[in-house]
Amino acid sequence: MRRPPIYGMLAEFDTPTQLVTAVRKARAEGYRVMDAYSPFPIEELHEALHFHDRRLPLIVLIGGIAGGLGGYLLEYWTSVIAYPLNVGGRPLHSWPAFIPVTFETTVLCAALAAVLGMLALNGLPMPYHPVFNVPRFALATRDQFFLCIEAIDPHFDREITRRFLQRLDPLSISEVEH
Amino acid sequence: MTSPVLKPREDRRPPIIAPGHTFETVTDRISRVVLRKKTPRGWIVGFALSFALMMVLFYTIGALLIRGIGLWGINIPVGWGFAIVTFVWWIGIGHAGTLISAILLLLRQEWRTSINRFAEAMTLFAVACAGIYPVMHLGRPWLAYWLFPYPNTMGMWPNFRSPLIWDVFAVSTYLTVSLMFWYVGLIPDLATLRDRSDSRIGRTVYGMLAIGWRGSAKHWHRYETAYLLLAGLATPLVVSVHTIVSFDFAVSMLPGWHATIFPPYFVAGAIYSGFAMVMTLAIPIRRFYGLEDFITMRHLDNMARVMLATGLIVAYGYAMETFMAWYGGNPYEEFLILNRFTGPYRLQYWLLITCNVILPQVLWLKPIRMNVAALFIMSLVVNVGMWLERYIIVVVSLHRDFLPSSWGIYAGSVYDWSMLFGSMGLFLTLLFLFVRFLPMISIFEMRTLVPEAEVKEEPL
Amino acid sequence: MSGALDIEAIRRRLATGDGRRFWRSLEEAAGTPELAALLEQDFPRQVAAGLGVGRRQFLQLMGASLALAGLGACTRQPQQEIVPYAKAPEDGIVPGEPLFFATAMPLDTGVYGLLAESHMGRPTKLEGNPEHPASLGGTDVFAQASVLGLYDPDRSQVVRSAGEIRPWSAFFQTLHAAMQTQRTKDGVGIRILTETLTSTTLHDQIIAFNSELHSARWIEYEPINRDNALLGLQAAIGTDAAFYNRLEGADVIVAFDADLLGSGPNALRDTRAFSGRRRPGGRKPMSRLYVAEPMPTVTGAKADHRLAVRAGDVEAIARAVAAGVGAYGVTAAAAAGPHAQWVEAVVKDLTAKRNSTVVVAGPAQPPAVHALVALINDAVGNTNATVANVRPFAGGREQVAALGKLVEDIDAGKVDLLIIAESNPVLTAPVDFRFAERLQKVPLRIRLGLYEDETSRLCHWHLPAVHYLESWSDVRGIDGTTSIIQPLIAPLYDGKTVHELLAACMRKDESDRVPTSYEIVRDYWSRQRAGDSTAFWRRALHDGIVEGTTGAALRVDRDVEYLPKMAESIPLGDGLEITFRPDPAVYDGRFANNAWLQELPRPMTKLTWDNAACIAPVTAERLGLASGDVVELRLEGRAVRAPIWIVPGHAPEAVTVHLGYGREHGGRVAEGVGFNAYAIRSSTAPWIARGLQIHKTGEHHEFATTQHHHDMEGRDVVRGATIAEYQRDPKVIREQGEEAPGAGETLYPPVRYDGYAWGMAIDLNACTGCSACVIACQAENNIAVVGKDQVSRGREMHWIRVDRYFEGSADTPAIHHQPVPCMHCEDAPCEVVCPVNATTHSNEGLNQMVYNRCVGTRYCSNNCPYKVRRFNFYLYSDWSTESLKLQRNPDVTVRSRGVMEKCTYCVQRIQYAKIKAEEDDRTVRDGEITPACAQACPAEAIVFGNQNDPESRVAKLKAEPRNYGLLAELNTRPRTTYLAELRNPSPDLEKA
Repeated sequence: MRRPPIYGMLAEFDTPTQLVTAVRKARAEGYRVMDAYSPFPIEELHEALHFHDRRLPLIVLIGGIAGGLGGYLLEYWTSVIAYPLNVGGRPLHSWPAFIPVTFETTVLCAALAAVLGMLALNGLPMPYHPVFNVPRFALATRDQFFLCIEAIDPHFDREITRRFLQRLDPLSISEVEH
Repeated sequence: MTSPVLKPREDRRPPIIAPGHTFETVTDRISRVVLRKKTPRGWIVGFALSFALMMVLFYTIGALLIRGIGLWGINIPVGWGFAIVTFVWWIGIGHAGTLISAILLLLRQEWRTSINRFAEAMTLFAVACAGIYPVMHLGRPWLAYWLFPYPNTMGMWPNFRSPLIWDVFAVSTYLTVSLMFWYVGLIPDLATLRDRSDSRIGRTVYGMLAIGWRGSAKHWHRYETAYLLLAGLATPLVVSVHTIVSFDFAVSMLPGWHATIFPPYFVAGAIYSGFAMVMTLAIPIRRFYGLEDFITMRHLDNMARVMLATGLIVAYGYAMETFMAWYGGNPYEEFLILNRFTGPYRLQYWLLITCNVILPQVLWLKPIRMNVAALFIMSLVVNVGMWLERYIIVVVSLHRDFLPSSWGIYAGSVYDWSMLFGSMGLFLTLLFLFVRFLPMISIFEMRTLVPEAEVKEEPL
Repeated sequence: MSGALDIEAIRRRLATGDGRRFWRSLEEAAGTPELAALLEQDFPRQVAAGLGVGRRQFLQLMGASLALAGLGACTRQPQQEIVPYAKAPEDGIVPGEPLFFATAMPLDTGVYGLLAESHMGRPTKLEGNPEHPASLGGTDVFAQASVLGLYDPDRSQVVRSAGEIRPWSAFFQTLHAAMQTQRTKDGVGIRILTETLTSTTLHDQIIAFNSELHSARWIEYEPINRDNALLGLQAAIGTDAAFYNRLEGADVIVAFDADLLGSGPNALRDTRAFSGRRRPGGRKPMSRLYVAEPMPTVTGAKADHRLAVRAGDVEAIARAVAAGVGAYGVTAAAAAGPHAQWVEAVVKDLTAKRNSTVVVAGPAQPPAVHALVALINDAVGNTNATVANVRPFAGGREQVAALGKLVEDIDAGKVDLLIIAESNPVLTAPVDFRFAERLQKVPLRIRLGLYEDETSRLCHWHLPAVHYLESWSDVRGIDGTTSIIQPLIAPLYDGKTVHELLAACMRKDESDRVPTSYEIVRDYWSRQRAGDSTAFWRRALHDGIVEGTTGAALRVDRDVEYLPKMAESIPLGDGLEITFRPDPAVYDGRFANNAWLQELPRPMTKLTWDNAACIAPVTAERLGLASGDVVELRLEGRAVRAPIWIVPGHAPEAVTVHLGYGREHGGRVAEGVGFNAYAIRSSTAPWIARGLQIHKTGEHHEFATTQHHHDMEGRDVVRGATIAEYQRDPKVIREQGEEAPGAGETLYPPVRYDGYAWGMAIDLNACTGCSACVIACQAENNIAVVGKDQVSRGREMHWIRVDRYFEGSADTPAIHHQPVPCMHCEDAPCEVVCPVNATTHSNEGLNQMVYNRCVGTRYCSNNCPYKVRRFNFYLYSDWSTESLKLQRNPDVTVRSRGVMEKCTYCVQRIQYAKIKAEEDDRTVRDGEITPACAQACPAEAIVFGNQNDPESRVAKLKAEPRNYGLLAELNTRPRTTYLAELRNPSPDLEKA
């Protein structure tokens, strides 16, 4: 589809409550492609956006299992197959002694999966994003709350959307350049 | 974050954030410490001293590499000395951070918010200090990498039955996870600094570190999931690390080491010393940077309570060792305990009991827990006590074991001491850099504690 | 000839300085005319190429010079033919194949019959010669350590006169001139001072010398001499005699201050015979040993009844015993007071077991005691039975008196030329002789010695002697057994033997060539043996003994008209007593520069790098002294400062000092160690003196001891019983300790060892604690010396240690010795904890240490209940001193800094035997493998072998009921086990 002239329309609010209300109203208005920005996590916000992502826990689970298996197999292979040695009369496969390392590798891989997974799903690192073009947006990491309705939303129309946002009496409204 | 949905509890205890704070005051107060142009003289002096101390560490390491670990007091039978004692001590200290961030998070203890950041930093630095010892205490430190399983032309692999290998995995895992935990927690604040900084360098550096964070609701959603999962993983990890460190001793057959009680009582000891160290650091810092509003008496009070509790577990550990020696009827164990009480190291032993068991009992008293100076002193006492505990475990058990003919005596040499204090230099240097260039309190989490952070329901 | 002189010159140049400066001085030497001459001989091509022209030539020359004076030169075999003990391989030396040569080492009045192991022409290790009656395959610390003496970088390497390095030719000129003048007056001004003469060839030379120069005098002197025995026997038997014992026939042994089993060549035979009679279930009953002595010795430690008495009180006890057994002409003495019971028991046993007992007195005891002992032996019929009298070699001479005469002659200006061979009188002569100052009155003083020591410093000429391993000679043991000393290696430095020195003296014409000692010795023996001298010679060299020389006993009969006199007893004053003893490690001081011996924990005190004034706990208490207190020992107006060491079991009111320390010259190792006890030792009381005064100085001395704790803390470390208890119920041993868990009592499936299963059994009953095993192990396994400071930090490196425990009261304790090597546990605690698999188990049950894999966590040592592992805290091995490298065993890695090491059961010997066995397609035979410790042991206390083979000696020993594993209750399942110690006390004394 044709690339819209602007990225979207950004409205600035003073409190989390205002933002959450704004999001709810926007959805009621039929807007779907939008995002909200806040200086701290707000539980209600992603619910208001009807945004749910359940993939991360699965990724972590897979990471953990892989780590655990990998760890134990490494121990088994090195001490039973690759270089079997009689160490203090203990059996080659002394499984009780192999538990601690298995545990650690499990945790390590799971944790890595959690962090890398989160960053990947969030598309981070992301050096450039249009919303940063709005000077006021710098306050998004301090004390202001923003709602951005994106231009690719089917309902988006520069005039209508601006008027709609006006009705939510934000501190400011600005168009987001690409 | 889960905190905002909680209703602030009604209780008479001091608040966890002073009243009257808004998003911007919180943000500015904390970020100012980092973003201010002029570096306070106090910081410069403190940093200079720590840096000098760190140089002592580097000198010692150089000498050890060139001449050998004969410079230390170790011998046969006492093959381990200060190096292992201090390693365990630092690792123990390194437990508070992750514990506060992870376990208290899961337990929904919102008071953790203002101390978790630098508790985590402290953890990292402590583990970094600890990490030096296992390498430097080797006869041939340049071969330390042989402890990792990597394919090599010799076809040799580590011995996975050895607790030292478990250590390698536990400590390196712990370091990695703590680092990720810390950095993930930092990302939103780095974004804040990026946006607040008015210097070009500041914007670039913090900008890069913030990896383009923009506080999107979708990001926050995944971010919190990840953070919770990390906390869930870090919790058993914290417990496992010191358990495994305790295996270094428990798995051996030496009287005084070979004890099943070691894991729980090592973990308790770790938390004990960890909180002590957090307190040792928090008290001067909150004073110096005037952060009493965020690190309130409530925090100190809670930490004191945790110390009291873990201290009692540790005391129980000591009692049990003695009881089992008598109840188990093993002559070697019996002798060991007697030797602790009355042997050449009795002074250190009774000093340990005083520091770790007797003195901390004052923490039962509210007035003490409300007295910053008293708490500071107590925290130092416990730090010393915990170091002594490891000294007693390592040295006293080794110096008189099974055959009287091979009994010996041990005393730390100059190089042992210089390494101990030098490592403190490294620790403090890192800490000073941290408080100067990174927000020592989690700004975004503090915001959630501001009353307006609550979303008031109103009809559409 | 001129070329030879040039070589002389370069040799001097090369040889200056100690081992460390060796190479540098070589480089200095390079490019000099001497080198040119030298090269001309060996490398004509280089010379053609010209000298010092261009880098290439220079490098060639350097290479050549290094090759010449470096290892190449050192590992040259002697020019003359030497005969290996075993059949030599067809094509001479095979790289990697050690050769063994029979040779012998003289010491005191005895001889060590040795087999020297030679690697590519380098002697690296010495073993006892099993066919030599005085060795029987055993050795002691001195013999074991002597190989280090050969390579000692501090040995004197050049002829020196007034500090100047001179060629031999210059010395020979001086000597010849002096001899010429002496010839005119029948050699009246010549004095030759040697150590106790044991070389038959040298004796022959001296006789020849005297037959030419009748007025020349020859003097023997050693600080540890046999004067007293000689005088005592003269009185008792009426003729010069010495004697040796046949302990194998002795049911009862009584030692009056005699260290029968202590180190020294004459102790080896006794130790073997003694331990042979101490095993239960032998053909003959277990023997019983009574000892009366002041300072505990290894003999006292083995005694069934040890009496801690002052040396001066021994005579009364001996007299009482003599009276008790009705010795000829001994009137009943006053009751021996507190010792009456002991005497009673001794008398009872001696009279009960006629002809099968041995009574012996030590060299420190006055002639009277020796006379009494001879009479007792007569009375109970031991003479000619268990006690064999022999004619002392060379007539036997009173050494102290002889030295006194020499001193008088010097004062009288009768001495023009004094030749001192080996003996070091400036250090060792009785202090009242003021030898150092007297010596300097002699117009021409010549010293031949291994070191430039105190005596050399005061002589006009110092001549480097050669070590016995690089020289030809012969030596005669106390029982007459004579061995030919054959060199293992050409002299490292340009030394000469005393034979050559004497021969040089006797040259008529200066142009005459000085015969080599080979020629001298060979010539002597060809004169002794008619017929095929070559066959005889080869045979003698091969066997290590000259056939037909052994055990020529001198029959002593009572019925001869001679009436035994009593040697008159020298009255001792009263007051504190001091006794002088040879040191168990440095002997009379001659081994003071031997680092192995200096670092050897002394069998009784466990001190290293020191001697001390040893006193009893009670005496220390009375005088308010503690170990380490530095005191001044004052005797007859002379004084020496000495640190106190408290020795449980020492006789009260007495001090024992050991000789040979406080050296001022004689090597970097020797100098400044300990105090010089000679400084208060006079000719009137060379062994025992009373009226000693002790004055505290308030100073403290740091000792380096390897054992700080001497009590077993009630743990079953050393198990034992009396022979009676044991025979009544053999289980008594097993019941003394906790039962080891059975093979089934483990979570893990047990590992099977089907082929060989190497194991070791150590018989505590046989072990005397002499510590020969420690030095043997050190020599075999290239074990580093760490020095006093490191020992005091608990970092000694010995792979096998001998633990010493005291049991019972501090005044009269039972003394136990226990050698502790690696136990090679089947469930080794050390292996499990090593993070890098640097120590693992072989399929023959060896606990292996892989040095190159070790990263040095020391966890293995921490987890070793026996603490037998040793760690290189610094770079202990000497990687720089060239001469020391020559001694190293090429089959054993030289360890570097930061790695753990420990006993390997001499795995190199195991592998060697297995390869040999595979070559002829068989299994290793029992006894084919002997670890160094076991091979050195004169008591055969250590037995090694395959414990899977029920017929092997080790398996049989382990089957004995007195076999037990140390700390076996820990389920380490040690492969090294111990056989409990059994004593045979007299029933009467036991009751009391």
